[in-house]
Amino acid sequence: MWGARKVVAGVDVGSTQTKAVILSPEREILGRALVDTGARLNEAARAAFEAALQEAGLSPEDVEYTVGTGYGRFKVEFGDTQVTEISCHARGACFLFPNTRTVLDIGGQDTKAIRVGPGGEVLDFCMNDKCSAGTGRFLGAASAALEIPLGELGPLALTARNPVTITTTCTVFAESEILGWLARGRKVEDILMGVHASIASRSLSLLRRVGIESELTFTGGVARNVAMVHLIREMSGVPVNVSEESHYCGAIGAALFALDHVLLGERAEAAAAAGGQ
Amino acid sequence: MLVAGIDVGATYTKVVLCEDGRVVGRSLVPTGFNFARAAERGLSAALESAGLRREDVGYVAATGYGRHMVPFRDLALTDLTAQAWAIHRLYPDARTILDIGGQNVKAIRVDERGRVRAFRLNDKCAAGSGAFLEKTMRYMGYTAADIARLAEAAQDPAVVSSVCAVFAESEVINHLVAGRSAEDVCAGAIVALAGRAGQLVKRLRGEPLYVLTGGLTRVPLMRRCLEQDLRVSFVVPPEEEGVYAAALGAAQLAEERLRRTAQRATA
Repeated sequence: MWGARKVVAGVDVGSTQTKAVILSPEREILGRALVDTGARLNEAARAAFEAALQEAGLSPEDVEYTVGTGYGRFKVEFGDTQVTEISCHARGACFLFPNTRTVLDIGGQDTKAIRVGPGGEVLDFCMNDKCSAGTGRFLGAASAALEIPLGELGPLALTARNPVTITTTCTVFAESEILGWLARGRKVEDILMGVHASIASRSLSLLRRVGIESELTFTGGVARNVAMVHLIREMSGVPVNVSEESHYCGAIGAALFALDHVLLGERAEAAAAAGGQ
Repeated sequence: MLVAGIDVGATYTKVVLCEDGRVVGRSLVPTGFNFARAAERGLSAALESAGLRREDVGYVAATGYGRHMVPFRDLALTDLTAQAWAIHRLYPDARTILDIGGQNVKAIRVDERGRVRAFRLNDKCAAGSGAFLEKTMRYMGYTAADIARLAEAAQDPAVVSSVCAVFAESEVINHLVAGRSAEDVCAGAIVALAGRAGQLVKRLRGEPLYVLTGGLTRVPLMRRCLEQDLRVSFVVPPEEEGVYAAALGAAQLAEERLRRTAQRATA
């Protein structure tokens, strides 16, 4: 039975950060939380789930169904089921922007290009499963090498006048290349713009493999970076949607799958009740 | 004439001083990010070890990653050429050299005259490079000096991906959280690294005699894995010869060049 205040949850355990979203039966986001994943995935999942509930002013008993997603989805031990992050990101992106046909998700360790149908179903996808170049980690390497916080990279990169070209593919070697450019006296913003352009061009090649269709929705933690949004917009040639909730897109998708399950169960129950009469 | 061979590597700078074909001094210093300064420091240290002065140096041959950044060089050689030459002088039958260094892995095929015929580098990806192993060790609270000891003490090497150094790092963290020992993780990282290095040799179609050089050859497990994987046996030069091979080869080739120039002048 669907109680008066029963809600659903989506928990997205990413390689770098864990996101949780609490959704009402009316598909309203009641609470959200973001924690660093660290080494203990199950603890990160639990912490994000509880923080999101706290924001919603609810307790775990109020949650009817929980779906885990992301690379650590099997560590959401309190979850009821798991759905892949590809499906969840597609679903979440279409919820935020109903005209979405292509999704670009750039996370901490992976980048995915997904082509979706009108109903949010996944038609094709492509991801960087063998190499971390072109993911958020590339920005992490730049942040570490230049000693600039992640959040300041994008705005600084946008002030570049004469960007360098990063020739290294590998994330580990890129750090040396960044130091090399610094030693040659290049401006930090010019180096940074080069780093951003390198990630954007890797993403574009993934997108081209699935086919870019309007509209493109950009999700994942890196979608909060203004320089990346600028470059993706410029290079893709289609309208690019970015939401304040971009970072939570996978968790939102997971919560929507949880809601499907609950509604399906209710309908079955109603049908059984009607049949019994 | 006193000739200096300077190998400015990604991690360490090695200097060898030669006089009439004999090694009279050497040094090893960390490279850092200023290549010119590293070359300068390395040369000073080598001169000091030999009790010689800067004015005594008649010719400088630079090699390695930072060779073009050595302002006082007379000659720049690739590290492949320099290393192949030094190994050829040491083992005239050597036909395949596998060098596992701090950042790069190189496989070189040489001919009977010590010339480079073909080579393969893993210069585009850190998976299977020394950089990955060093990162793993640092993460576990050890240094590169502990690698051999830990690897030999492993009971059951953990499976570590050889696909991407960044992904492998996550796997290492997961293994440690799951309670695997640092020994097993270290050995697993070496198995992964050896697998990648072996691929370079296969792609090069290596031939005997096989010679293994570079800092990581001090790890017996690395050699065992490679030999098992490739079904060949490797000759490992004494540590000094392996580490200084490129610097020594650069100095030897410089001496050779000077000798020929002198011959032409007298002819």
